[in-house]
Parts: sequence; C-alpha cells; structure tokens
Amino acid sequence: MKAFDSTPVKKTERISKLVADLFRRMPEIEPARAELLTESFRETEGLPIVTRKALAFRHILNGLPIVIRPGELIVGSTTLAPRGCQTYPEFSYEWLEAEFDTVEHRSADPFYISQETKDRLRKVHPYWKGKTTSELARSYMAPETIRAMDHNFFTPGNYYYNGVGHVNVHYDRVIYEGLSGIIAECAGELSKVQLGDPNYGDRKRFLEAVIISCQAVIDYAHRYADLAGKEAEKEKDPVRKQELWRIAETCSHVPEHPARTFEEGLQAFWFVQQTIQIESSGHSISPGRFDQYMFPLYEKDREKGILTREYAQELIDCVWVKLNDLNKCRDAVSAEGFSGYSLFQNLIVGGQTGDGRDATNDLSFMCLDATKHVFLPQPSISIRVWNGSAKELLIRAAEVTRTGIGFPAYYNDEIIIPSMENRGIPIEHARNYCIIGCVEPHVPGKEDGWHDAAFFNMCRPLEMVFTNGMDAGERASIATGEVEELSSYEEFKEAYKKQMEYNIALLVNADNAIDRAHAERCPLPFESCLIDDCIKKGIPLQQGGAHYNFTGPQGFGIANVADSLYTVKKLVFEEKKLSLQELKRALEMNYGQGFDERTAAEVASQVGSRLERMGEPVTEEVIASAIKAVLHFALPEEEKKRLEEIREMILDLPKYGNDIDEVDEIAREAAYYYTRPLPGYRNPRGGIFQAGLYPVSANVPLGAQTGATPDGRLAHTPVADGVSPTSGYDLKGPTASCNSVARLDHADASNGTLFNMKIHPTAMTTDRDLEDFVSLVRGFFDQKGMHMQFNVVDRQTLLDAQAHPEKYAGLVVRVAGYSALFTTLSKSLQDDIIRRTEQGLHR
Amino acid sequence: MAEDFGYLNVTGRIFDIQRYSIHDGIGIRTIVFLKGCALRCRWCCNPESQSAKIESFESKGRMKTYGRDVSVREVMETVRRDMPYYSRSKGGLTLSGGESLLQPEFARALLQAGKALGVNTALESMGFAQYSVIEGILPYLDTYLMDIKHMDPKKHALWCGRENTLMVENAKRIAESGMTKLIIRVPVVPGFNDTEGELMAIARYADSLPGVEEIDILPYHNFGEGKYAALGREYPMGDAKRPSQEKMERFREAIERSTGLYCQIGG
Repeated sequence: MKAFDSTPVKKTERISKLVADLFRRMPEIEPARAELLTESFRETEGLPIVTRKALAFRHILNGLPIVIRPGELIVGSTTLAPRGCQTYPEFSYEWLEAEFDTVEHRSADPFYISQETKDRLRKVHPYWKGKTTSELARSYMAPETIRAMDHNFFTPGNYYYNGVGHVNVHYDRVIYEGLSGIIAECAGELSKVQLGDPNYGDRKRFLEAVIISCQAVIDYAHRYADLAGKEAEKEKDPVRKQELWRIAETCSHVPEHPARTFEEGLQAFWFVQQTIQIESSGHSISPGRFDQYMFPLYEKDREKGILTREYAQELIDCVWVKLNDLNKCRDAVSAEGFSGYSLFQNLIVGGQTGDGRDATNDLSFMCLDATKHVFLPQPSISIRVWNGSAKELLIRAAEVTRTGIGFPAYYNDEIIIPSMENRGIPIEHARNYCIIGCVEPHVPGKEDGWHDAAFFNMCRPLEMVFTNGMDAGERASIATGEVEELSSYEEFKEAYKKQMEYNIALLVNADNAIDRAHAERCPLPFESCLIDDCIKKGIPLQQGGAHYNFTGPQGFGIANVADSLYTVKKLVFEEKKLSLQELKRALEMNYGQGFDERTAAEVASQVGSRLERMGEPVTEEVIASAIKAVLHFALPEEEKKRLEEIREMILDLPKYGNDIDEVDEIAREAAYYYTRPLPGYRNPRGGIFQAGLYPVSANVPLGAQTGATPDGRLAHTPVADGVSPTSGYDLKGPTASCNSVARLDHADASNGTLFNMKIHPTAMTTDRDLEDFVSLVRGFFDQKGMHMQFNVVDRQTLLDAQAHPEKYAGLVVRVAGYSALFTTLSKSLQDDIIRRTEQGLHR
Repeated sequence: MAEDFGYLNVTGRIFDIQRYSIHDGIGIRTIVFLKGCALRCRWCCNPESQSAKIESFESKGRMKTYGRDVSVREVMETVRRDMPYYSRSKGGLTLSGGESLLQPEFARALLQAGKALGVNTALESMGFAQYSVIEGILPYLDTYLMDIKHMDPKKHALWCGRENTLMVENAKRIAESGMTKLIIRVPVVPGFNDTEGELMAIARYADSLPGVEEIDILPYHNFGEGKYAALGREYPMGDAKRPSQEKMERFREAIERSTGLYCQIGG
C-alpha cells in the first residue's frame, strides 16, 4: 500500500489577494495583438504561410505590453488588465466589429471595450478581408451544408470562427529539455533535409519557423526577466524584492533551459500554457497530467530539502490563479454555447501510468487542494478513477465536490482506455490519456483530436421526420416520406436514421472544409513543435503532423430522442392511442400551449416567402399581421383539450433516467444513430471521425431553435444535456439515473460523454456520506459509465443568487464540461441549471 | 435437495421503495417501506404508513394511492438493480415502515431474499411483536435499527398510542441473542423527550444491552407536514421546531461522556 503525504496545507494571504485583484474589474478587450499581427503580416506578403505565422508570433511576443501583477510568483500576462483578452482577426473579425456596441452589455460573457480599442481595431480589420480561415472554410463547403447550418442542424462555430486549440502539448519536454532542446532537435532535422527531397521546401520552412517561434518564447521570458529585475531594484519591501529577483533569475533560465527546481518547472509550464494561447485563439489548451509531469521536480526538491510543502502549495495555487487570468471573447451566439468565460483548460489527476500502475502522488492531492484554495473556474480539474485508485484521493476529491464548485469531474479509466484502444491507440498510450476541454479523452503530446468539432442537435433530424424534410417553408433536409404514411415503428426509426445520416454527412463536410482552411491559413509552428510527430515529419499539426489525428463532433439530445421514440413506439404503434398525424399536429401546435414571439416571427417569415413565391407583395404590415395572428392564435377549445390530453399521455409514459430497461435500450439505440456513422468518415489530416455525446452549454441556445418534440418537450425550451436524462424526468434517485446512463454504449462515443448530476448538500454532509458518494461514482463506473460531474447546491441558493447576484459573486457551479461563476451565466442557462433534477436523500 | 425459493412468492403490502438511501444503515441502501403501524406517534413523518389499508387521496387534482400488494420477487427486482452500489459501499436492503413486524412472514422473506442476494440487510423497527416473531427473522438480519423513543411507559403511551414495555423488553432479548448488530435510534422530539434527563435514561438503557455500541439521535423534522394536509388530517405537532444543531451536539456529548456508546446525530 502506497503512502502519501496528503496533509492539507493552508491557503496563504497572497492567494486571497491575487484572487481578489483578478476580479476587481470587468474583463476587457485589448487591441495590441491584433495590431502587431497585422503589422507583421503586411510586411511578409508573399512568404510561405508558416514563415509568416512564425514571424508574426515573434513580432507579437516582442511587442505585447508586459506586466507583473502585485504579489505574483508565477508571471506572464497576455493582457494588461486582469482577465482581459486579445483578439484574433486572422480567424474572423466581422462579428466583433458588428458587436462592438453590444459586447459590453450582452447577457453571456460581456467584455468592456474602450472607444480607443474600437478605433484601433477598426484600422487593422480591413486588412483581413478575404484572408480569414472562416471565409476560406465557407468557400470549401457544399451549398447544402451551409443550408443545414442555416437551419440549425449543427453548428461548427468553434473552429469556424476561432482557432482550434483542444490539445495537450509536451509540457514535459519544455520543463526537462528546455526550448533549447527543441531548437537543437530542429537543427538536427534541418541538417538531415536533403536538397533532392520532394518536400524540401515545406519541411525546411516549417523547421525554421519552429526555431523562430521557440526563440520568440525564450525572448519573451527574457523580457519578463528584465522587467522583474527593474521592479526589484525599485521595490522597497525586502521580501518582495527578493521574490522579484528570484522571478528575474527564473525567467532568464526557463523555458530556454531545463528547469532546475519545481518553481522553475512551474514557470516554464506557464510560459508554454500562455504563449500557445497567444499564438492561436483556440481554447481547451489543456494542461492534462500536471501531477505526473511536475512530480519528478517536486520530489527532487523535497529530497534535497529546498522546498517546503507550504511553498509548493502556494506556487501551485499561483498557477491556478494565472489560469484564470487568461480569457477569450467569443461572438454572442458562441458565448451562449460556452457561457461563463471558460477556457476549458482541463487538468487531470490520478489514474494509471503508461505501464498500468496507480499514478496517484502527493501532487494529485495538492492540485485538488489548490482548487479549494482559489475556488475559481480554472483549471477545469478532473480526476481519473480506475479499479486501483487510491481511496484517499477519491475521498479528497469528494471533499472538493462537496464544496459545490462542481469540481472535479470524474472519469473512468476502465471504459476510456478500451475505447481508445478500439480507435487504434496502443495500450501504453491509452493508459496515459488526459482529458481535453470538457470531457474528451486524448493522448498527451501526440494527438490532434479536433475535439469539440461541432454541436449536432439530434432533435432536429427528428423534427424533419415529421415535416418530411421541410423547415421554415423550404426544403432543409432530405424527404423521408409523409410521416402519416409510416406504418410501423421500424419504418419511423428508419426515417429518423436516414435523416440523421444525411445531416451527419453534411456535418463532416463542414468540419473538413474548416480543417482545410486551418491547414492553409493558420499553421501554428509553436504549438506544432510540442506535439509528436510534427518535427519528425516536418509538417505542422494543422496539416496532419500529429501522431494521432481525429475529428470529434459532439451530439446532444439523446434523452429527448429516446423518450420521443418511446412515445411513437408505445402510444402510436403499440397502444394506438394516437396517430402520427395527430402527433404531427400536436408538435406543430406546440401541444396547444401557444407560441412565443420567436415562433411567431418564424411563421411570419414562412408566410412571407410563400407569398413571395406566389408573386404577392410582402410588406411590413403583412408580416406584422402574420406575427399578431400567430401570437393570438386560438385553437378551437376541443382541439386544445385533445392536444393537452396528448401531452399528458406522453408525460405519463416511462422516461429515460429511471432504470427502465425498455426505455433505456431505446436511448442506447438513439445514441448509436449518431455515434456509429461517424467513424466511417475521414478528415484531411488522415484520421477518422469519432463521436462525443456532450453539449457544453449549447443545449440551451440550440434548444431555443428546436420546435416541440414527441417527448412532451415544448418548443424552444432547452434540449437535454449530454447523456443526462431530461431535467425533472429522472425521479427514482441517483442510482436509477446512473443505471440508465450506464446502459448507453459509452465506448462508442470515444470523444467523450457527459453526465450531469445535481446532488442536494444534505446528501454530502458527513464523512460517511462522502464514502457513499464515492461508492455511487464507483457503482456507475463498474457498469462502464464514462464520466460524471456534480453540482452540490440547493435550489433555493441558486434562486437567491439569481435574485441577488451581488451576494453571490463567488458562487461557482458546474455547467457542462466545466464550471463557471453562476452570476456570469445567461439567465436561460441559469434556469437550465436550476431545473436539473435534484438528487437528494431519502428519509 | 433442491433449494426452496418459495419465499420469493410471499406477498405483502408496501407503500414505497426508495433507492440511494444513505442514512439508514451502512452504505448505499434501498429501503422498502412496509405499510401498517402499531403506534401513532404524533411526529410521524410518514402518516401514510400508519394504516394497514390501501388508501386513496386526492392531491393536486390527481388521485394518489398509498399502498400496493407485491411479492418478494417483485420487490427484489428493484432491489437487485443497485447491486453495483451495494458492492462498493457494503450497503444493501433496509426494511422500514410502518412496523415491518406486523407483516412478519413478508418481512422475513424479504430479508431472506436480501441474504440470498448477498447484500447487507437491516430492519428499522420498534420491535413491536412477540419475541418468537423476531427470533424468526434474526438469522437473516445483519443490523437491527431499533427505535426506543422514551423509557417512561406512560409518556410513551400518551405520545405514541401504546406503552413501550414489550419493545424495551424485546431490545434486551435481541441484544442477548447476539445474532444481529443492534443499534438504538432515538427521535429527539420537542416537548416529548428533548431533555438531557430523558435522553440519558434511554442511553443508559442502551448502554446496558450486551453488544450495543451505537446510539443514533435523530432530530425531529417537519418534512411530513405536507402529507398530513394531503391526507386530510391535522398536523399533530403544530409549529414545533427542529432541535438546533448545537442542542443535538450537547446531547451527543452528554451521551458519549457518561456511556461507552458511540453517538451519532442522524442515522
């Protein structure tokens, strides 16, 4: 039995102060990066793109204003203002300019932007017209793909408008070999390039670009060394003066050279983490197995007696604060889908080593404690659980869960490892997996997983079965026949399957178009050099340089589809209490519950386009009267009653999430409609597609674009999140809910599944409660569930926080694959979290 | 000889099955609530458990029925669904009520089925039965969570409808049998037994029972109040307040100070 030194260390005053300073002001948009990037690009026209990217990266790192915040021990800030963000016009910029005047006041993730910043950005934006990845991507897409996106079947917004990110890089190489080691490796590779090689130019330019980029990061660290030195000279407080001198010494040594101490290792880690995000706007740059790659330095310093546990903890806490200093401004629609200023920097502790032994060490505990200390949304901390996990680590994790912060998320090695092996990854690499972003399993330092490649709304193809592929008055998907003519449940399922397959193909088309655009316009030499085998192959990550390549778009709405299919099976075909025609009418009429303005506007636009086709004039009055007609549309009393009766019948049916085999089996089948076709498709980097089943927070905004569904869900309300049962439908307690979710084939969703559970605080009070909580997780995992995350907060608190946000500035809750400050979420997302079924105790 | 699974066909009357119960016995448990009770405690939080009859009431515009007759086999179909969680937590099946011993054959058959499944079994009961009945179930019972509400038979009768003599005596005999782990549970009810003197009397008695190591004190709560309204009954406790955590802590300390018992607040 392994013993750990896991005694908790107290949080220091420095950490409280750093956290308070971070939140003193609203996050702000700064223009420096966009200006420097554009300046460089104007000067490098005509050079190979990879060279231009490296030179621009260097120009940015040389020119970006730098700052050491009061009391910091780990330095490196991307913006002058805490939690500020830079912009990335090379990916897209039109939305930002269009939202200049609204971004400060929008409901999800508002950012302050000064008039001066707006003016400065307006000067550089015109350069990027016609040069962005999003414009190129669109030009590569099929017309029906664009149509499907317009009709909200899926949205690849993430990479369409931004960088890709979503990787874990070789932090360990920078820490233990230094960037000088990587430069040396590139120099070695360069010397092997033969003049007669067919790819001489590409390879040479790429390797040179890597060297330029690594040197740029070294120089950037030296700027901090100089700044720290200058500040040390001026500093009056002798203690702080000493600290600043040490920072100066550290930054002049790392990341150029191998770290000599734990403290230097952390600083090297941080420079990598920060500069990768300056190079590209991709989020979910995930630190991964931090407890593993930091441990050798920690152990060495402890053995030498030069590091106290107290100081080690304070340093880790400082890194945690820095992870919250980074920020990203997304367009208003995406911000709804990623609500909560999250950068999804996933950091995971525990699990197994590559050779299959328990990986828990002292740092695993200290990482969890750091999360308790800073109590902030970053890093997205996770824990790997396997049959041999140290129990004390799981209990420590449960203690963090009990605080209500929504961390850590729990991951099951016993299903994730085989699911990765099933995608062709050898066991020693699979055992070493980390998690990217929300829930995506990933081989550290060797993979370009393109996780999070799109949100696919599984309810929309279901709607198309009822409309025969028509949406908003026009053809939006294939025709699968008039729904009334489907004569058996099997035929109905077949129609749904066809609708799914058609739209999945379009999703692939969209992702591959975007993939190509990044390969052509945004190769990232710095990120590439930290992922195998880019240097060896001489190809950037974006062009297929990684050892493993995947594309992982995520589907959501399984609970709605499962319960809907069950309605059709049971009420229509088995009990014959309802015809498909009636059901279609019930959906169109939103079960007689009336229409909101959104539907009214939609219907009015349909009326408009129909009139237009008929050659009738469409005036504003026509539209206005159509809207009014819909809003005040009154069904005949008798029909309204029947529609309500239909909904009652539906709501009375057994639902997914209650451990009922018949329904849960349908959910399993529903998930297959999404997960099974994907691996048959390939991406331009030479890898395959693999499905995820998780929503981030998009189930709310995308639910708002979805009509009523046959599970009794009303139009435009949120769709179920991830693989979780519909909120409020799982009524048999947490074990029943877990059993239903475990019934899905999680291995087939190898890009990750997400299961939300809300637990009432009274069920996590005593030490025994924590043991039982761990047993609950274990019992779910024994049945091959993949992931679980918890909100431990009572409904009353959340309602009160909604009413009095000022009292709850520090309330962190679990959203989807991440936690966020509750008060920063949009109202509709807050409501969605409040609605989640509260699994309590039974007395 | 073929094993006799006849116990699976025994039927009885229950009013609820609750899963993920973590405060009634060790680990994660499924509680089967048997319908029908011998007492009428004023603070009872499950008034629908009291009558042995199946009852129907209107609640929120819908008829709700309390009570259904089921076989052990049917109950076990639900119970066995949580096997993975029992295995991990050493939990299992708990019978509660009502007073389970009023359906002795059914109770025994359920516990027997629990043991056949290999899970921990517990019974939450006042011990209101002839000892011979209790003796019949002990071979299948790992933990007996026994309620002792008061040591004074008169006061007990006044608040619960019956004297406690039989039950207190049964506690002694169960303890002496050595066949099950006996834990004494005391609801701490304002105006009834929420004084140190009254609680200490119970604790001292518990301490005198051979093999008893634990006493749980459970603060009164009014979660059942809404059910009385649904059942068309007046809530007997009026606006009595839940004893404060500080008060419960004081009781706990007093009990642990003067007895050899481990005392836990809550189940």
